Amino acid sequence: MIQTLFGSTEQKPSFLDRMKEAVTRTRENLAERIEETVSFSKEIDRGTLDDLEATLLGADLGSVTTQQVLGKLRDKADRKQIGNVDELKRLLKEELLAILNSASIPPVQKTEGLPEVILVVGVNGTGKTTTIGKLAQFFRSDGKTVLLCAADTFRAAAIDQLQVWGERTGTEVIRTKAGGDPSAVLYDALQAATARHIDYVIVDTAGRLHNKAHLMSELEKMRRTAQRIIPSAPHATLLVMDATTGQNGLQQARQFTESAAVTGIVLTKLDGTAKGGVAVAISRELGLPVRYVGVGEKAGDLLRFNARDFVDALFA
Amino acid sequence: MFENLSEKLQHAFKSLRGQAVLNDENIQESLREIRLALLEADVNFKVVKQLIDHIQEKAVGQQVASALSPGEQVVKLVHDELVETLGRDSARIKFASQPPTVVLMAGLQGSGKTSTSGKLANWFKNGGHRPLLVSVDVYRPAAREQLKVVAHAIRANIYEGEGAEPNTAAVERLAKEARREAINTGSDVLIVDTAGRLHIDDQLMEEMQSLKKLLNPQEILFVADAMTGQDAVRSADEFHKKLSLTGVVLTKMDGDARGGAALSIRQVTGQPIKFIGTGEKYDALEPFHPDRIVSRIMGMGDILSLIEKAGQHVDKKKAEDMATRALAGDGFSLEDFRDQLRQVKKMGSLQNLMGMLPSIGPFAGLQKHADKVDEKQINRIEAIINSMTAHERMHHEVINGSRRKRIARGSGTSVQEINNLLRQYAQMRKMFKQMGKANFGRKLAAMKLPGM
Repeated sequence: MIQTLFGSTEQKPSFLDRMKEAVTRTRENLAERIEETVSFSKEIDRGTLDDLEATLLGADLGSVTTQQVLGKLRDKADRKQIGNVDELKRLLKEELLAILNSASIPPVQKTEGLPEVILVVGVNGTGKTTTIGKLAQFFRSDGKTVLLCAADTFRAAAIDQLQVWGERTGTEVIRTKAGGDPSAVLYDALQAATARHIDYVIVDTAGRLHNKAHLMSELEKMRRTAQRIIPSAPHATLLVMDATTGQNGLQQARQFTESAAVTGIVLTKLDGTAKGGVAVAISRELGLPVRYVGVGEKAGDLLRFNARDFVDALFA
Repeated sequence: MFENLSEKLQHAFKSLRGQAVLNDENIQESLREIRLALLEADVNFKVVKQLIDHIQEKAVGQQVASALSPGEQVVKLVHDELVETLGRDSARIKFASQPPTVVLMAGLQGSGKTSTSGKLANWFKNGGHRPLLVSVDVYRPAAREQLKVVAHAIRANIYEGEGAEPNTAAVERLAKEARREAINTGSDVLIVDTAGRLHIDDQLMEEMQSLKKLLNPQEILFVADAMTGQDAVRSADEFHKKLSLTGVVLTKMDGDARGGAALSIRQVTGQPIKFIGTGEKYDALEPFHPDRIVSRIMGMGDILSLIEKAGQHVDKKKAEDMATRALAGDGFSLEDFRDQLRQVKKMGSLQNLMGMLPSIGPFAGLQKHADKVDEKQINRIEAIINSMTAHERMHHEVINGSRRKRIARGSGTSVQEINNLLRQYAQMRKMFKQMGKANFGRKLAAMKLPGM
């Protein structure tokens, strides 16, 4: 069931810890700088908030989201309603959490007895194939059967790369020759998965820039192809986004949602120094939730996203 | 690619129209707009502050020159400031006195190192060099296979090496072997593709340092994604501190990211941006021209790049002949139309071409539609014209109902598409006729600083 897949009902403590560990760097940066910012002046004034603005901008929240988040704090600070640093942090945390929590896409009802199809999309180089390897591991360790579909027939050696992940996670890969039709291999994969009563089919697609209309319409075609075999498919469409992405992330989310009906974001490379703050902006503007975060290159380096843990860890 | 920033800046400048002297007050609105625009363009907030301070300092108190409006003056200031930040000269590759010249590629995961390595090899080949490619990425699955496929596609030499364990020793061994191979095969350039790595991964950054020591490269190019946000300064800074970069390649510039990272990276490393990646084809690598990009940022269009590109691919004489005939009135035939389409196709992606046009003046709004251009449509149109007889191409008015049916069958299209094409063609003829009458040359000259 997709609800249990993407819900947070059964949270393994190890994942919580991993998440905290993963965002520690982010937390240290942001929290340290807030500390730094406010310790200079004991009284919180407009100057303090201006410095805080720089911190949020530096985390890629974007000027619009930053203004919105700070607007309320600024009013209160003007009226001397915020007494101390802890208070300021708590309020900021609440604001960010409210934004992340408000983002949700209703789950697609899966058809009983048919595989659940997850389409993985994104611009070039965000980590789609790696994320799929990790997702396969994620489901496999949950005792599910998984089939991978190598529909990135464009990039050199993309199929081989997915094949390696298939071997690492003990998952079969349905593939075609390089340059083949992505919809055709998708068709084959779904037929095979249906016949074999597979639980999950994860579909790798070629990286594409969201402003290339003809490549985006290819995704629309893949959706239609999937629906010919499994009418409710795809049950989830994950947009893989690099945490270093700036404000262009909003445009990516917008365009991919238009063409491919994205249901959630996977934020990758969060083990670097980038903060992935554009995800907050995406939640705010488009209501798209973050589902998973990528925190390394190993099969186990994928964590379920939890807004509270994320924000808690940011300000722990 | 920068059309949104251009629009915003132009909006900011509009409020300055009709003012006599630039002062702290009348420039504030513009500065605020410029600040927001640069932030939205992902220029690092510290860099933005520096830029704004400089611009304000220079602008305030300036008499408005009689030849320029205050708006134009601020445009010029911002333009100069951005060009200065990006560096004035378009950079070159430094070659070794004793070949092979070694080019070491560095960058985060997914920035486009392998594709860029292939494009660079292609670029060197076209310049008469003999590049040798090697991938020392023993970590990412199928990374070396990927470079092999790329090398094959562009017919460049590659040193494949034996299978390798995912560790630094294997990386160093491959690098050494490739260097020897380059010398043995008389390759004058060795391009070393490396694994993507985080700038805070000490172990892998040390590996880069030992590769540098081992290969003594002439160029260490930092490959960065044009979509990068605020973090660009941190990663570029770390890479530069550890490796002393010699240049930057900005990839995925064919996207609609505003590319503020270019300013950030240049500012923190002080190193020139040498190339930009503009597409998935192997020839989609262009030298970086700061002034042109800034012009594009500000909406004056990258006419120079466009002209250069046209020069490479368009038969000048043919184009001139056609233009003369078309402007004269009746001379623009369907045959000419097809020739034109073919030349456009040779120049590369239509989206890229449209992105180079100025976002104001006669081309206003055109860039917005660039992403809607369907390249396949050109092929269909060509097929339709191919299915006409020579007579029909020269005399479109003879194409009646039954001819349309035949052409549709021949080209695998529909009568409706033929109708559409003929309607568009008729409009074009009309437009050319009007342009011919209204001294087109003077209009083009006046376009240099349009809209202000």
